[in-house]
Amino acid sequence: MAMKKSFKGLFYTPYILWLAMFVIAPVALIIYYSFFDIHHQFTLSNYRVFFESGTYLTMTANSVLYAFLITVISILISYPMALVISKLKHRDLWILLVILPTWINLLLKAYAFIGLLSRDGLVNNLFEFFGIPAQQMLFTDTSFILVAAYIQIPFMILPIYNSMTDISDSYIRASSDLGATKWQTLTKIIIPMTMPGIKSGIQIVFIPSLSLFMLSRLIGGNKIITLGTAVEEHFLTTMNWGMGSTIGVVLIISMVVVMLFTNTKRKGRRS
Amino acid sequence: MSKTIVELKDVYKTYDDGFTALKDISFKLNQGEFYTLLGPSGCGKTTILQSIAGFTEVTSGEVLFDGKRINDIPANKRQLNTVFQDYALFPNMNVFENVAFGLVVHNIKKDEVEQRVHDALKMVQLEKYANREISELSGGQQQRIAIARAIVNRPKVLLLDEPLSALDAKLRKDMQYELRELQQQLGITFLFVTHDQEEALAMSDEIFVMNKGEILQKGDPVDIYDEPINHFVADFIGESNIIPGKMVADFQVAFLGHQFECSDAGMRPNEPVEVVIRPEDLVITTPEKGKLQVKVDTQLFRGDYYEILAYDEQGNEWLIHSTNATKDDSIVGLTFGPNDMHIMRYNESEAKFNSRLESYED
Repeated sequence: MAMKKSFKGLFYTPYILWLAMFVIAPVALIIYYSFFDIHHQFTLSNYRVFFESGTYLTMTANSVLYAFLITVISILISYPMALVISKLKHRDLWILLVILPTWINLLLKAYAFIGLLSRDGLVNNLFEFFGIPAQQMLFTDTSFILVAAYIQIPFMILPIYNSMTDISDSYIRASSDLGATKWQTLTKIIIPMTMPGIKSGIQIVFIPSLSLFMLSRLIGGNKIITLGTAVEEHFLTTMNWGMGSTIGVVLIISMVVVMLFTNTKRKGRRS
Repeated sequence: MSKTIVELKDVYKTYDDGFTALKDISFKLNQGEFYTLLGPSGCGKTTILQSIAGFTEVTSGEVLFDGKRINDIPANKRQLNTVFQDYALFPNMNVFENVAFGLVVHNIKKDEVEQRVHDALKMVQLEKYANREISELSGGQQQRIAIARAIVNRPKVLLLDEPLSALDAKLRKDMQYELRELQQQLGITFLFVTHDQEEALAMSDEIFVMNKGEILQKGDPVDIYDEPINHFVADFIGESNIIPGKMVADFQVAFLGHQFECSDAGMRPNEPVEVVIRPEDLVITTPEKGKLQVKVDTQLFRGDYYEILAYDEQGNEWLIHSTNATKDDSIVGLTFGPNDMHIMRYNESEAKFNSRLESYED
């Protein structure tokens, strides 16, 4: 019995070590650093600056807005895609093709988009071919949001697709047997039953989208300053680690808030 | 004769890989009767149900509902409902919402929805459970909610796909009574699919016995039990002793070296046949009085009877149901009357079987 217990403990060890070293310790360090100013003096001023100066609040609002748009767009594209793929014959292959781009480095994908969207890039060439004048596409909000959504789509599709394939055929049959049209089956059965997948998709996509510093720089052309860009700025340029950590704390708190909102708890009674 | 509500005409179903699930299926279902499709798993019974419900397309032949061809009508436009084997109750809705679903999708007014859901729940004696979540219900209760949900649209035909298979034995028996009662109260046609011969015998007005995509025999439970058409049906429906024999003449059959008077006729003289004797029709007596002598091998106490396994001199196995125990390894005699035997010809079609029976029965 005692043997068994210690054996079980052995299996927990990697998880606990991992948790301590890569989750608890970094978070604790970030919180710790957020209370020191640039001269290594203990202070609350970082938080005061964050909440008093309009710059950081605007930045936060912008980040949330961008992350929200990126999330919404990726849901709007991913959901129908997941629905179609889940009905296909070789659906495992198709979902693999959707996941494939995630194996390519983010930086490479960003540069590829620069090539596509630049003034003399492929897209503008196509426009000109059809007689549309060349557009400034790179370094705009729209291109930033669309490219970010493109990057996030695989992470949104996967949980939605998984929750879709979990739905037993007999629910769909029962719905149609009871007289529901395809649209009614979608809105009343499939969407509510894939809600857990949509929620985990939001969790995976929304938070990273709050701090996409590389994309905002390369595609957004540094005009878009999100919390992520600010963190990078403070740690690498101004060397104000305290302020950078404070923004980090705000990001962690917003992550917790999103987790709470999208928590798949047992459904409460609807009246 | 009551009105035909569902009819299948020469229905075939072949899958892409060449597997034939249904072969030349034709039958009529009358209004207000309880039908059962009975057969082992994979015999095609569920495929028949699905082709009536609209979940699968038949390869050839016609499916008629109320006299109209419905082959190309989608499931949601067919006026019949299904109780699924796994119930398929929507987990994102509570009991009320589940039962109301069929009404809500038809845009029925709220007051009427409430009234009809209440009535449907009352039918299955769960009117107090409207606000429960599906996960809070027992298997038996889920079963009833599935039935309530299927009858709320007032279908003319209810299709039931092995609805009792997930319940424990006691509950299954109770539900057999309830389903039969419900069917009679509603006065609609039930088409029940099962592999459980006991369920089929207990509930049905008419049973269709199936094997390998074909209907082997149609008839009421008593006919099918007493006069199975062939070895498969005799073996599948109830327990039976099947012994090869020879039809000496009309009403005379010979097996195990003896000649017996029987109640069957219409075969060729000396035609090889199979003789069926049900275990409960065999009576144990002394070896001298018995028509056959067997040696008792084992006996099992089944509660309401003893199941006795014995062997005759040729090594044939005999199953006997008796209210009294006997001694292991003792030689006993078996008696049976002419009506306790049923004679089956090899490879006789259902049509020929029926006309032969009619020729000597009045």
